[in-house]
Amino acid sequence: MRELVVISGKGGTGKTSLTAAFAHLAEKNVLCDLDVDAPDLHLIAEPTLQRSGPFLAGHLAEIDPTICTGCGTCKEVCAYGAIHQEEEHFVVDSRHCEGCKVCVALCPEQAIDFPERLCGTWYESDTRFGPMVHAQLDPGQENSGKLVTLLKAKARERASQLGLELILSDGAPGIGCPVISSLSQASLVLLVTEPTPSGLHDLERVAELCRTFRIRSAVLINKADLSPEYEAAIQVFCQAREIPVVGSLPHDSAVTKAMVRGQAVTEGPDTPFGTKVRQIWTDLQPLFEASPSSLSKESKS
Amino acid sequence: MIVAIASGKGGTGKTTVSAALASIWKRPVLAVDMDVEEPNLHLFLKPGSVRIEPVYLEVPVLDKALCKLCGACAELCQFKAISLMGAHLLIFPDMCHGCGGCMRICPEGALQKGQRELGVVETGMTADGIPCLTGRLRIGEAMSPPLMGKVRQRMQAMAEKEIRDIIIDAPPGVSCPAMTAVQDADVILLVTEPTPFGLHDLRLAWQAFRPLGKPMGVVINRAGVGDDQVHSFCQEKNLPLLVEIPFRRDIAEHYAHGGILPQLDAGMKATFEELAERLERMATEGVGVSHA
Repeated sequence: MRELVVISGKGGTGKTSLTAAFAHLAEKNVLCDLDVDAPDLHLIAEPTLQRSGPFLAGHLAEIDPTICTGCGTCKEVCAYGAIHQEEEHFVVDSRHCEGCKVCVALCPEQAIDFPERLCGTWYESDTRFGPMVHAQLDPGQENSGKLVTLLKAKARERASQLGLELILSDGAPGIGCPVISSLSQASLVLLVTEPTPSGLHDLERVAELCRTFRIRSAVLINKADLSPEYEAAIQVFCQAREIPVVGSLPHDSAVTKAMVRGQAVTEGPDTPFGTKVRQIWTDLQPLFEASPSSLSKESKS
Repeated sequence: MIVAIASGKGGTGKTTVSAALASIWKRPVLAVDMDVEEPNLHLFLKPGSVRIEPVYLEVPVLDKALCKLCGACAELCQFKAISLMGAHLLIFPDMCHGCGGCMRICPEGALQKGQRELGVVETGMTADGIPCLTGRLRIGEAMSPPLMGKVRQRMQAMAEKEIRDIIIDAPPGVSCPAMTAVQDADVILLVTEPTPFGLHDLRLAWQAFRPLGKPMGVVINRAGVGDDQVHSFCQEKNLPLLVEIPFRRDIAEHYAHGGILPQLDAGMKATFEELAERLERMATEGVGVSHA
């Protein structure tokens, strides 16, 4: 089984539009939206919901006011400033509670409950491109990395049930918790960038992240004609790091037009942009085949 | 007055708007980059003589001679950072959330305070005398909120030393890091684009920030590119639409070369001056507060 993860560091470089196009071009794949914080892939894929469930992760401290004697031990030991006094007793602010259990363990009255925490919802759906797994993290929640891990497990499960060979994942911006979780077991990470100061800066950081976790990466330069200088700088960077550049795409209104229609940019009538995306998809294939992680999988089976 | 510039969707122009506002702000201002995963504001404001200071999280270090393998620490740890495997107590400092619980409950005092580097805090000054404060997450570090906490502490200390307004460039999304970035703001400015993705993520941001009871306003970037759904949404939710930045190739190219928008032409300068004035009115009059 192969997994292509599309990330970018910087937001708004075109990850989701390109993932949707690849989903349209790939014959058999499971589609996976790993941007659980601000997911958008469903706006193009238009999933029909099959199953969903609560995403429970970690715990939350809750002080029982009928038992609390107001000693303040909990506030003193909380490293997150999540506990404050309200009249006679103490109260936990759920937005700041990390679920570390220290207050629960040290409360002399055992007045603190520790229920599981509902952080969001996961979904399994069908789309015109094939099966899809996705999720929505609740606002302000943590544990996005765990939700990403859960979705990846569900995608693999569905892929093996249905005998599908490819998982296509749309990742989150940044380099933190959810992005790190999305890299695990990836056959190839496609870094979508743009020729701007922010694009290059953020590409350097995600490329370094992939190197740190020893995940193969390739680069796609979107909106390439915005700045020939920065495009050249990206090429130089990739050459120095030995990261293959699979292609460049122009800044083209076809992308937004397709999005407004609710279509992948390769659907509908042929456009020059769509043709270039098809070419890039074809050129990406050999980079998958040579993947060390998929090779080791095959040699085991 | 503190303005946080946020958005659900990434790449809508938060940093463009933050840099533009800082450059035309009439009173002394401090520019803060809270997008610690991918900080970009410095690329446009270009602060000089930058001081870099590492930031650490307190994590446990085991003194094997004192440990009696009771396992109390491993049992307490909610983050799988400590594990008792037979006659070995293993510590995984990368998993630690720094709660300090293990060190508190160890009956033998066998766990001492150690450190894990979260990243750095950078302080510098632009040629125009705007102080800049940036958090930069260490590559490979998963947790951004504790580093953001340090940036907030530094921000408060700098604002106390001399009276300055503050412009905060927030990370994308609406989860924990974004909420941390906007919590001190007097006004939240949501930057979006008039597309289905822009609308969807604007709605998420509005839902997430509304319970904070702070005034919120919207800037539409790349106006004219998609459809008019964002306009309808703002009208329906009574969200003030403050200014629009047109979709023009010269604007995109100016940005692609590291330019700041008010320096592009007189029209752009006027747009951001109007935005600054409207933000000020919102902060003083509390316009744009929608209650949950």
